[in-house]
Amino acid sequence: MTPASVTELGVRLRRGETTPAALAAAARRDLEAVAGLNAVLRFTDSLAERQAERAARMLAQRPEEAGPLCGVPFAYKDVLCVEGVETTAGSRILQGFVPPYTGTALQRLLDAGAVPVAVTNCDEFAMGSSNENSAHGPVGNPWDPGRVPGGSSGGSAAVVAAGAVPFSLGTDTGGSIRQPASLCGVTGFKPTYGRVSRYGLIAFASSLDQIGPLSRSVEDAALVYDAVAGHDPRDSTSSPAPVEPAGPTLRAGIAGMRLGIPREYMAEGLEPGVRAAVEAAFGELERLGASLAEISLPSTEAALSTYYIIAPAECSANLSRMDGVRFGLHVDRPSLTDTYLQTRGQGFGAEVKRRVMLGTHALSSGYYDAYYRKAQKVRTLIAQEFDRAFETVDAIVSPTSPSVAFPRGSRSDPLSMYLCDVLTLPVNLAGLPGISVPCGPSVTPGGAASGDGLPVGLQVIGPRGGDAMVLRVAHAYQAATRWHELSPPLPGTR
Amino acid sequence: MALTRDQVAHVAMLARLGLSEAELELYREQLDAILAHMEVLQRVDTSLVAETAQVGGLLNAWRDDARGECLPQQVALANAPRRRGDHFEVGAIQE
Repeated sequence: MTPASVTELGVRLRRGETTPAALAAAARRDLEAVAGLNAVLRFTDSLAERQAERAARMLAQRPEEAGPLCGVPFAYKDVLCVEGVETTAGSRILQGFVPPYTGTALQRLLDAGAVPVAVTNCDEFAMGSSNENSAHGPVGNPWDPGRVPGGSSGGSAAVVAAGAVPFSLGTDTGGSIRQPASLCGVTGFKPTYGRVSRYGLIAFASSLDQIGPLSRSVEDAALVYDAVAGHDPRDSTSSPAPVEPAGPTLRAGIAGMRLGIPREYMAEGLEPGVRAAVEAAFGELERLGASLAEISLPSTEAALSTYYIIAPAECSANLSRMDGVRFGLHVDRPSLTDTYLQTRGQGFGAEVKRRVMLGTHALSSGYYDAYYRKAQKVRTLIAQEFDRAFETVDAIVSPTSPSVAFPRGSRSDPLSMYLCDVLTLPVNLAGLPGISVPCGPSVTPGGAASGDGLPVGLQVIGPRGGDAMVLRVAHAYQAATRWHELSPPLPGTR
Repeated sequence: MALTRDQVAHVAMLARLGLSEAELELYREQLDAILAHMEVLQRVDTSLVAETAQVGGLLNAWRDDARGECLPQQVALANAPRRRGDHFEVGAIQE
């Protein structure tokens, strides 16, 4: 049976067929049933109880004001701060950290009456593409627990794929919502940079980070987006432009729309089964009335290197606050320098250290011009190429990930792991909205491959501020296909 | 231009990361490979291109210079691994 959508749960709540507390309890049971995936780090029982009571009051007293998320359970990634709930960013260095305040995106969901039931596992400080970098251990993919769920929002994708919660919040710095959504067969949306406040998000790379939903459908993603988007004076990079809500245009269709397929995104390196599924999806979009044309984004080849300078540079600065003085792990040594060295040396995992080293090197005297400044210039070119493309097309479509979910431990070389994000990270560099939707299982033409049957994701990219349009294209595709309704063969699916 | 062990140790010190000899060697090899891959950037002509520091499109974010809410002192101190009275305790910075 297909797990219920946010809309369906809302109908059942309003008919009095269920209650927010009953839905939260059911979500908790379903999450416990898939505990073997290691997707959940902790349950937020007392918060869930309070919030379920609040939602029940909202539904009883002012049902006309209660929005679509009221009473609906969800989970959120371990990088989003909620007052009084331990938040560790998947790191040993923040073990036991209890945030003194609640971030804006979470607060908006709480104000909408949504009920947080669990905190999800992720790569340490959101750095990774496989969820193998968490201090709390790796997460299994619900389609095949021996394979990775993608990352860094791997836990957030896995709990939605397993059907335990209708949606979750994740964060996306280079693909960390879209790539796990692709590998787990769910919908994952990264809004335009600055559209959702980053206040209360533990920073990885501040010019790239963006919060967004993972869900069973675009329809549900749009409901969450409309609830969390909007200006926030507490995030100075938050856009003051009015939000164009996604709901009103979601069902407008794509007849007459011009969609571009970047030649560079279809280049070698795509798994044949991914290529086949995505090309079939292009055909479906054409049948729905869109016109498809090949476009070129020539700087794509340089985007990976650009990202892996800028993101580590920003993280090396952001993570300097992990000093063992105000919060987190503290390894006591007689000198302050040794205290820093040992606290950070013991508190950070291998990938975080690698990126802090890479970023520090790129920013250090003698290397700044060759790496950091150069990367910032190439970033300009990448953004300009997207801008030019959007003069001739309304949206861009491509695969989300060059591969399906891969076996745990199969990409121990950092560079091969970094290549997972090659089709998603240019979107972050340019600050654009992007979504991944399931477009069918991988079927290798002319012969079976080990990844056959695993989910493939179709990515839709829009111009800056074109969030509603991206959701509209993705919804049109889902309205014509059933791939997003497929569930992995697991216990705990309702 | 391969990285040396001493260069890696210098970067680790700048980043205040206490690394073992085995980690220094591991990161020397891995950073070498990653930086070699990044040579692709040098092939891109950026002579007439300005740097992009942010893509949000904002020029500035102003607010009134007014007093606002802030965390109460005890709340701000609650996560401190070491505190003395109402202060964070820090080791001596002079050795």
